[in-house]
Amino acid sequence: MRMDLIQPFINSADAVLAQALESPISIENLSMEEKAYRRKGIAAEVCLTGEIEGRIIFDMGLETAVQLASRLAGVEVSETDDDLVREAVCELANQIIGNSITTLNDQGFHFRVHPPTLHTSEQGSKSSEDTEALVMCFNTSSGNVFMNVALRHHCPRALGRSAVAG
Amino acid sequence: MEKFAPVKRSEDGQPVRYLIVDDSVFARKNLARMIETFGGQVIGEAGDGVSAISEYERLTPDIVLMDITMPQMEGIEAAEKIVRDHPGARIVMVSSVGYQENIVAALQRGARHFVQKPVKPEILYEVIKYVMRDDGTTARGAGA
Repeated sequence: MRMDLIQPFINSADAVLAQALESPISIENLSMEEKAYRRKGIAAEVCLTGEIEGRIIFDMGLETAVQLASRLAGVEVSETDDDLVREAVCELANQIIGNSITTLNDQGFHFRVHPPTLHTSEQGSKSSEDTEALVMCFNTSSGNVFMNVALRHHCPRALGRSAVAG
Repeated sequence: MEKFAPVKRSEDGQPVRYLIVDDSVFARKNLARMIETFGGQVIGEAGDGVSAISEYERLTPDIVLMDITMPQMEGIEAAEKIVRDHPGARIVMVSSVGYQENIVAALQRGARHFVQKPVKPEILYEVIKYVMRDDGTTARGAGA
């Protein structure tokens, strides 16, 4: 997978998580996923259509999600506030992915982002040759946050434009 | 959360009335908390563009904070429809998707300003003051 497509997601996750948690973030692990995706906890999925197509899953354990929700809401959120915790994960995904897409769009890639939805199935589709999945694990003060990015270049012309746009 | 000098309506000194439009309940709650610190009043909420239009008609708020990516009808289209019928509508787009093309499209269709998520309260506050301009006053001495 092209790093110029992935880098905006890394930068955005780093910036948004650091701002939300008011603490530094590090990338614990980065790997290509060959097997089918397995959900780790509470997960939100955002789909992209257009010159770049695919999906991004933003995933974390319940404890991490509760801590993140509390930080974002500015009030203590408990594990029993299911809806609020899920909403927080979706909103965080929305912010991270939206910020990455801003960068990619300004580089010349044109595509549409759909509203985040909860990813409830235990398992997702397997990577294929044209839709590779890259899994990033971000180490935060609230626990690990996983981002699984599976994107496909739909329009070869866009890549040329991107290279020109730098 | 930081407290700001309250922004009031200059015509009657009442709090600025807001309609918050976002498909995320969580995002709406967060914006509502910020508005409280600006001394504003949230008079309505909507989760998509279609409801935003009907809520605007019903409530005629002073300011609409409008997300872009939403189900049913997106924020830019909803903003365009509101401004077409109410040219004085003050709509501020609040979205994580802030690429130039999107911002230009929103402004061309009648939005007054754009704020990128994650929203920083101090930035939204300045935007609110700017958008209210002559129609809003800020109490002196309350200290931001």
